[in-house]
Amino acid sequence: MSLGGGLATTVALLSAAVVIVPIMQRLGLGAVLGYLAAGVLVGPAALTWVTEVEFLRHFSELGVVLFLFLVGLELEPKKLWQLRLSIFGLGTAQMLATAGVAAGALILLDWSPSEALMGGLGLALSSTAIGLTLMRERNFLPTTAGQAGFSVLLFQDLAIIPILALLPVYAPLKAQGGVENPHAWIVASVIVGIIVGGRILLRPVLRFVASAHLRETFTALALFLVLGISLVMEKLHLSMGLGAFLAGVLLADSEYRHALETDLEPFRGLLLGLFFMTVGMSIPIEAVLAQPLALFLGVGFILALKIALLLSLARIFKIPRSQATFFSLVLSQVGEFAFVLFAMAKEWGFLSSEKSGLLLAIVALSMVSTPILLWVYDRITARKEKTSSQSREADKIEDESHPVIIAGFGRFGQIIGRLLHANGIGTTVLDYEPEQIELLRRFGFKVYYGDATRLDLLEAAGAAKAKILVVAIDDVDASIKLIDLVREHFPHLKIVARARNVQHVYELIDRNVSVWERELFEGSLNAGTEVLRLMGWTAFSAQKAAHRFRDHNIAMIMDLAPQRKNQKEMATRAQAARDDLAKMMAKEHAKREDSESAWNTQ
Amino acid sequence: MSSLLFVFAHPDPNRSRANRAVLDRVRDLSNITISDLYEKYPRFHIRVAEEQALLEAASTIVLQYPMYWYSLPPLLMLWIDDVLTEGFAYGKSGNALRGKNFCLSFTTGGGSEAYSPQGYHERPITDFLPPLMQTARLCGMKWLEPLILHGASRATPEQIDAHARHVRTQLEALT
Ligand SMILES: Cc1cc2nc3c(=O)[nH]c(=O)nc-3n(C[C@H](O)[C@H](O)[C@H](O)COP(=O)(O)O)c2cc1C
Repeated sequence: MSLGGGLATTVALLSAAVVIVPIMQRLGLGAVLGYLAAGVLVGPAALTWVTEVEFLRHFSELGVVLFLFLVGLELEPKKLWQLRLSIFGLGTAQMLATAGVAAGALILLDWSPSEALMGGLGLALSSTAIGLTLMRERNFLPTTAGQAGFSVLLFQDLAIIPILALLPVYAPLKAQGGVENPHAWIVASVIVGIIVGGRILLRPVLRFVASAHLRETFTALALFLVLGISLVMEKLHLSMGLGAFLAGVLLADSEYRHALETDLEPFRGLLLGLFFMTVGMSIPIEAVLAQPLALFLGVGFILALKIALLLSLARIFKIPRSQATFFSLVLSQVGEFAFVLFAMAKEWGFLSSEKSGLLLAIVALSMVSTPILLWVYDRITARKEKTSSQSREADKIEDESHPVIIAGFGRFGQIIGRLLHANGIGTTVLDYEPEQIELLRRFGFKVYYGDATRLDLLEAAGAAKAKILVVAIDDVDASIKLIDLVREHFPHLKIVARARNVQHVYELIDRNVSVWERELFEGSLNAGTEVLRLMGWTAFSAQKAAHRFRDHNIAMIMDLAPQRKNQKEMATRAQAARDDLAKMMAKEHAKREDSESAWNTQ
Repeated sequence: MSSLLFVFAHPDPNRSRANRAVLDRVRDLSNITISDLYEKYPRFHIRVAEEQALLEAASTIVLQYPMYWYSLPPLLMLWIDDVLTEGFAYGKSGNALRGKNFCLSFTTGGGSEAYSPQGYHERPITDFLPPLMQTARLCGMKWLEPLILHGASRATPEQIDAHARHVRTQLEALT
């Protein structure tokens, strides 16, 4: 039953999305698979509610274009530079090795070289949506392996751009309308044109429109920008995505970045969803189901290949052993961009619809496999932890548990740990990432890997017997979470907290944490004291000024604590307190002089 | 108004025998305020206003300390420097301490015979006290007989405890 008419189609698509996507999300399979399943369901293969697949796909490719624009927009040169080694080293290695082996295997299966190349490249990609979400959920991103995973995904997002850009250039199918494929020099000059033109024009135009303060005009402009560039690219038979990506990069450091992001986000989400639905619709289900063996072998092979390669890369790039398995599992699926690539490759004549259908099905199944693999992984590690903590219990009886636990062994926690160690006080250290774990152990630290906000880990660390907990983690939310947890389960522990800033201090005061230290305060105060000395103050008087400043500052924080929700009151009081301090300093100077002169008697 | 300010100055009470014993003995006296200087001001930065308020509220001021170099531990000396300011403790309008009792309670390493002309320190202990006596006078305070434990390092626990009890009775009589 085909529901003709644009409105009916729209309603059919929306209803499928609204019903199926949340269900898949609940099952932990993610929205992408939800859209895909919805597409299969309403498409020609099943309910046949929607039949104008080609038209819809062409329209929904705008979702991909918007996505690439946003990828460009979020590209922070600083972050890129910071992670350059892992992005370009690890990222390139993962892409090349996986694509190479996968393509080789496909050639052995009698695929043509260009088909195998497409297949290999697509299968090498992992799912940013799945990978990032899972790593974030488990607080894995700050670890070495987490950063490596992030880099691999980022590299893939970047790699997809030239691949998509080059597709039309080398397309075996001549572009429709009898136009020749674009020459490389046209591509190059258009890119240069966009970069130069974009630099000069984009910002003034954005500023002009933004100054009208009409939100929808700004949104319209943002859409116009992306679609306009896409249109130009399409007319020239170039990749729309490349144009959009470039435009995004050009605006990444502009003041409009966040506004553009928030305005385009819903369009991107919906259109990308639609795109995945059309991918689902165009999977030739019958043909795929006709060869179940190929399908399952394919999935098994690609998963095994990716996991094996990621494990060996983890070795080479010195990712801690304990994190390597999770790292390779979390990136083992094939990602949503393979859908894009395979769909496009089919359109441009690189892949037959049968082959792209098979590949699409493999991608989908591989995505389903990740939650299952992780479930198994969790079971196994849970069992291992149990047995190892039991054997630890055994030797715990002889070596007395330590009185101090330090959560977070970054720059802050390390100083504390070393001071205590130098004075013969035993400490147990909790951290995600004790990089030099062996070294720390040799120095007598008991180090536990893992998230300090987990109750079982605190128990294993001896929180029940310890006296003091030093909360030295740098993440404010995690710090608060840990403190609440400890207050509930280990109320006897005295807490010494690292505070990131005054706001954090107030959170601590609210929780009756009496010993807190702002991480930057003492260091900055000491540096300020040195400035006074260089200004000609004597060492001791500079020191005294710093002491007075500290006293006053802390008194002010305590004084403002009840007021902190009231911005205005805060501001006036803080100002008054600053004036106060200046007056007080002057007064004490005068007093000292009085005291001196009083002794000058005959 | 017969409250007592007990200013305690020992750099490391965990290693102290004598001064710590005295502190522990007097801790639960009624009307006593203990001001443990090294505990409050480990960085030698004294909050003057706070200390002056404590002094004003007291009718008797006791300094409890080990004798160092015939004088006071450095933080106690600094406390006198910083807290007894002109206009507060002495000078034109400086009469905040006027009429209060002032009592030294200290311990020495040297035995009582060391503090005699033939002894190791060649002078009686009273020869070392005039500067503090004069300080009390300048501030208008009433000088009370010092409470001294000689030979504190070699004293037996019983001797130390006897001295601590003695100090307690003396102070009790004042409150
Ligand atoms: C730096 C220093 C200086 C000292 N000077 C003297 C002194 O001048 N005369 C003296 O009899 N004892 C002197 N002593 C000994 C202390 O007074 C003695 O150890 C103390 O009273 C013991 O009391 P405590 O058990 O409370 O520490 C000195 C000790 C130190 C550490």
